[in-house]
Amino acid sequence: MPFVNWLKRNLVVLAGLLTLGYLLLPNVVVTVFSFNKPKGRFNYEWQQFSLDAWKDPCGVSGLCGSLSLSLQIAFWATLGATLLGTLIAFALVRYRFRARGAVNSLIFLPMAMPEVVMAASLLTLFLNMGAQLGFWTILIAHIMFCLSFVVTAVKARVMSMDPKLEEAARDLYAGPFQTFVRVTLPIAAPGIAAGALLAFALSFDDFIITNFNAGSTVTFPMFVWGSAQRGTPVQINVIGTTMFVVAVLFVLVSMVAGNRRNRHKA
Amino acid sequence: MTNKTDPSGDVRLTGIAKSYGAFTAVHPLDLTVPQGSFFALLGASGCGKTTTLRMIAGLEEPSAGTVFLGDQDVTALPPYKRPVNTVFQSYALFPHLDIFENVAFGLRRRGLKSVKKQVDEMLDLVQLGEQARKKPHQLSGGQQQRVAVARALINHPKVLLLDEPLGALDLKLRRQMQLELKRIQTEVGITFIHVTHDQEEAMTMADTVAVMNGGRVEQLGAPTDLYENPRTTFVANFLGTSNFIEAEVDSKSGEDIVLKAGGGKLVLPGARCSAPTSTGGRVLVGVRPEKISLSHADDAGEIPEGRNRITGRIADSSFIGVSTQYVVDSPVCSDFEVYAQNIDRDPRLVPGAEVVLHWNPAHTFGLDAAQDADAGVEEAV
Repeated sequence: MPFVNWLKRNLVVLAGLLTLGYLLLPNVVVTVFSFNKPKGRFNYEWQQFSLDAWKDPCGVSGLCGSLSLSLQIAFWATLGATLLGTLIAFALVRYRFRARGAVNSLIFLPMAMPEVVMAASLLTLFLNMGAQLGFWTILIAHIMFCLSFVVTAVKARVMSMDPKLEEAARDLYAGPFQTFVRVTLPIAAPGIAAGALLAFALSFDDFIITNFNAGSTVTFPMFVWGSAQRGTPVQINVIGTTMFVVAVLFVLVSMVAGNRRNRHKA
Repeated sequence: MTNKTDPSGDVRLTGIAKSYGAFTAVHPLDLTVPQGSFFALLGASGCGKTTTLRMIAGLEEPSAGTVFLGDQDVTALPPYKRPVNTVFQSYALFPHLDIFENVAFGLRRRGLKSVKKQVDEMLDLVQLGEQARKKPHQLSGGQQQRVAVARALINHPKVLLLDEPLGALDLKLRRQMQLELKRIQTEVGITFIHVTHDQEEAMTMADTVAVMNGGRVEQLGAPTDLYENPRTTFVANFLGTSNFIEAEVDSKSGEDIVLKAGGGKLVLPGARCSAPTSTGGRVLVGVRPEKISLSHADDAGEIPEGRNRITGRIADSSFIGVSTQYVVDSPVCSDFEVYAQNIDRDPRLVPGAEVVLHWNPAHTFGLDAAQDADAGVEEAV
């Protein structure tokens, strides 16, 4: 019985730990295998500890080039989608215009549509227009599918915002620009940031749409896929681990900064 | 206190009106609020009081008419250029700023660099000095309300507009804040325009009350004037409770009008009648429930001469501590309400007892019988 009672009390913690383990185990495997020294071309079996890959992350030809390209595309796609998405979200929440309802539902279509369908139709479109496949076609495609996510994130935030706040700002001597910068934007910021992060993550690791519309250009996910056919260099794990660590650091820093600001103010 | 003759804080509305498509929210309206006064716009929801307030703030553009602040025509000025500040119903505190920055907002927007001293003083005035670094959501409703007042007052506006500022507070806190606001107003001497649907709140706080109904001002005056001498049934019913008897003008004796109602006669001072009083005309005779005395029919002989009297039977009585409220069924009015102080309770005054209602004619008021006697009953709270 004591065990049952203990279980009852700690069930939530236990479930939480198991879920965390489930979520993080793949990352652990990636990290561990980044220190491996595989025998053949495939990095699927543990052989022995080695720092070789970490010492020379760009040692595989084409890897760092594709990584740099992916980061650039993700950066511009995030910027474009966040800017456009924020404007669209404000327009959809604040203004009444003809076909607002239709726009509201159409904006969700890219999220609901199977990616492969979208990829194929985009390719058809680009080919018919005679566009040259490469950086720009990838960027256009990425902004397009990131847009719905940004709109959704920002819209939720703007909808929950009391329009009286902006009236209060105007009442307190803030002109239209000051009102936007001092009140509207800071309050919408968490939604915009969430949208931007989503956009970055989606763009960085997109494979299907990119693969269809890239022409001869190779992004990082395409590089990983391509090398998986022939043999997986350990450097891929090194890059994966680095991305994971950077993301975790990013979260930690923002949490610490938030805590310090609160403590300073209290 | 401020100089009462300085007219720069007068608010003058001339022919101000607002319509949304076919719906008219405010009919052309003239209103003057003198500098330094505590003015209340009272009415049920949808009567146009908030729209009027928002037109003064500049948050709503009038369809016609002019808004003057002192001698300045501000009709075309955007809200951020008007020396007027608002306390919003929902407070509208900026959630991303702490209390200090909320209060400093107006000063900073006007380019003031060193705001600390002023903000600290203002927070002390509303007794929130300790809370300066908290965020709005960490405060209670009453504290948030005081921040909203401080945030507006720190700008030394010519006029402070209050849009149902106490609506979200519970009853006890509301009473406390009424006194607090009145104290602050006396202290700073700024013109306050207060919008409310709570007649008690308006009467407690304001020097002058404008009762609004259907986009028009029904009556404007000091709270006691409005209560004692209402000129429409809406005002009579919205401010407290009134009993009405339909009567016919019989004759005039000096300053007084003598009226026939049922079998008896009632006297009404001519000055307290807002209806035409040609002989044979119909008038609604009104009297407040607490002005009426109740005597058992057996004691009718002891009622002094010169008092208005009608007879009836007690239909219902409810004891509520300080007073007893009776509903009396009378030939001239089916449910006459009478509030009697519980000083000497007559044990014979129970439902079914025959009684005489009598009151001093000076407490009678006369209204035009053409209007609905029940106007404003539903809306009153």
